Amino acid sequence: MAYIIEMCNITKEFPGIVANDDITLQLKKGEIHALLGENGAGKSTLMSVLFGLYQPEKGIIKKNGEVVRIENPNDANRLGIGMVHQHFKLVHNFTVLENIILGAETVAGGRLQTKAAADSVQKLSERYGLKVDIHARIADISVGMQQRVEILKMLYRQNEILIFDEPTAVLTPQEIDELMKIMKELVSEGKTILFITHKLNEIKKVADRCSVLRKGQYIGTVTVADTSMEEMSEMMVGRKVNLMIEKNPAKTGDVIARVQELSIRNRLTHKMVVNNVSFEVRAGEIVCLAGIEGNGQSELVYAITGLLQPDAGAIEMNGEDITHLPIRKRNEKGMSHIPEDRHKHGLVLDFNLGYNLVLQRYFREPFQQSGFLQYDKIYEYADELIGKFDIRSGRGSRTDARSMSGGNQQKAIVAREIDRNPDFLIAVQPTRGLDVGAIEYIHRKLVEERDQGKAILLVSLELDEVMNLSDRILVIYEGEIVASLDPKTVTVQELGLYMAGSKRGELA
Amino acid sequence: MNTIYFLVQQTMFFSIPLLIVALGGMFSERSGVVNIALEGIMIVGAFSGILFINTFQAALPGQPILLLAILVAALSGMLISLTHAYASVNMKANQVISGTAINMFAPAFAIYVARMLRTVQQIPFMNQFRIASVPVLGQIPVVGDLFFTNTYLTTYLGFIILVLSWFVLYNTRFGLRLRSCGEHPQAADSVGINVYQIRYAGVLISGALAGIGGLVFVIPTSTNFNATVSGYGFLALAVLIFGQWKPSRILVAAFFFGLMKTIAAAYSGIPFLATLGVPNDVYKMIPYLTTLVVLAFTSKTSQAPRAAGVPYDKGSR
Repeated sequence: MAYIIEMCNITKEFPGIVANDDITLQLKKGEIHALLGENGAGKSTLMSVLFGLYQPEKGIIKKNGEVVRIENPNDANRLGIGMVHQHFKLVHNFTVLENIILGAETVAGGRLQTKAAADSVQKLSERYGLKVDIHARIADISVGMQQRVEILKMLYRQNEILIFDEPTAVLTPQEIDELMKIMKELVSEGKTILFITHKLNEIKKVADRCSVLRKGQYIGTVTVADTSMEEMSEMMVGRKVNLMIEKNPAKTGDVIARVQELSIRNRLTHKMVVNNVSFEVRAGEIVCLAGIEGNGQSELVYAITGLLQPDAGAIEMNGEDITHLPIRKRNEKGMSHIPEDRHKHGLVLDFNLGYNLVLQRYFREPFQQSGFLQYDKIYEYADELIGKFDIRSGRGSRTDARSMSGGNQQKAIVAREIDRNPDFLIAVQPTRGLDVGAIEYIHRKLVEERDQGKAILLVSLELDEVMNLSDRILVIYEGEIVASLDPKTVTVQELGLYMAGSKRGELA
Repeated sequence: MNTIYFLVQQTMFFSIPLLIVALGGMFSERSGVVNIALEGIMIVGAFSGILFINTFQAALPGQPILLLAILVAALSGMLISLTHAYASVNMKANQVISGTAINMFAPAFAIYVARMLRTVQQIPFMNQFRIASVPVLGQIPVVGDLFFTNTYLTTYLGFIILVLSWFVLYNTRFGLRLRSCGEHPQAADSVGINVYQIRYAGVLISGALAGIGGLVFVIPTSTNFNATVSGYGFLALAVLIFGQWKPSRILVAAFFFGLMKTIAAAYSGIPFLATLGVPNDVYKMIPYLTTLVVLAFTSKTSQAPRAAGVPYDKGSR
């Protein structure tokens, strides 16, 4: 069998760890090959080797059977290897066209030639069904379209081997479907795709074969059609994983949190982003706020947690009006917040893990005495949480938060927020970008908290998560709650219709 | 009418150096390197240019020696900016500190060398560069009086640099790459652009332009160089910010500040202002007060290059 790309016995070490240990990956021409692994399994390192960002200590790369050297992205590009990075590499104030031609410009007489490039990009976009407005600025277009720009960048360079690094992490369900369609289209036109992910259902949907990595080691390659999701997740995690959440019926208690006629106006556009929203969350239940991204969920959560002042309405917790309380007061009164953006609102990336774990409590004894921080107490407490919540990092509580993997960063936030023993826990997309093992863990923790009588407000874009975890679903559309649903009686399709605004329900 | 001619001609003297230096700053910052060293580079450029004129003015006629001096100023500006580029690109040093170091070094260097060579720190020069009236063009009514009489070659050089800068920034491959490095160097790197090289180029261009700007500032406004450019480098930074890092707006900003400066320096030549009876010091304050006010109001919508001031490290995520 002829392979278009072979990575043979690749070993790549970093100080302290072996990121890739003797890994072999073989790609057939015209297939969608999934690379599956948990966070920190070495997927990104392997791709960086293929893309010329890292040089491996051992191993060779072959293209069409011939050994090649890839020392930088230019070499990779020359061999027809292109990559859509997880964090898009687009210049925000350039137009789509400028981003596509950057680095591969055509010049005549010193002048940049854009006319021909525009034509050929237009042709490519029509041929592959990649809808973009080539004269729009990146800052003005949706994340889905930005991703299409990244794909066009590869096609414009006539790349044959396309690497997608966790492409669905930032997309809405609709955009994910769209992307899957595009990937199939690309393969049918003769391209080869390497699809890095940890979402099993996506692999099932599009991939032909799947290679699995675990802790830097190669576990095996399987044909997707002949392998069940359970088998693949076991290969990835190394143990059996329960994909369904088992939970007892909710025993709801008193109302813990109440939001009353809350309205928020956008400061720039003056549009209502949250419009007269009222709901309550009771002790011992998980209420899920479902909706497509950008329908006011973020602003609503900002208002509840104190990051934003609402224009009208009130927020109560344990019967007390907290609408205008500062964030610290809210925290101390029993509110916990697992924020949407863990880098922006969750962690101080340049602080170490220990400090991050006491962010809301450093000023309390025993972490502080007579105005001095008590380092030993802080690290002692951090080590306790690290053990209890299985947070993995290179240097324990002294690890810089920035250098930790996304999953472990998230675990650290979950640990910090849950360990404060809150009455009201707000979890916004708590499993965004995490692998199966970590998702299972966080879901279990949330259910545990619920069973201990905590009120939980979950905001999620993942329909599976919404259906599995919640006791009650509130659907938000254009800033309004349009339905209150029971996950046991509603179907995913129906939920999708509510989220898309094509259906409205009676509010309970 | 004569007052207006006078005002426009004077404004040119002040605006053109601001324009040139701010455009220089633009190249550096849009490549991602903050260049607070403009002041120091101007001093170095002015010093070497004037020293060159002082040495050769007996041997060579006016305009050729000016052109040569401009070349000398540009080269010396590039040379000193090389240290800034090395510190901020290779050594990943804090760009403000590196720039401040140059600002402190430059006047000391100019004074020291001048004293070593001539025992006094002032370097005089004969102003043989003024063009009373440009042939043919100076004869055009109104326009000729405004732009082509009592002028210097450097005025036209300023406009040539403006047009070139605009063209390079928006219509060439280099310009596109330069702008990408200032906004998102990781993106530039991922498509095979050498960020370090582009940033070096950006800083060197700013060095050349700031060097020229220093000389251009001294020539019409003085008859000797005294190791200072009176804070013009910092004013150019203000022009750059007010100009939102864009050539066309930098032009407007440079002329706005130039006009303020003209009012401050030459108010006694403007009958209306001269009869107001306001103390001299008030006028002197005008350019600096307006700088404060204007920046306070415009910095809110600032469109600074996102990566300006951040050393580029290939390894960071």
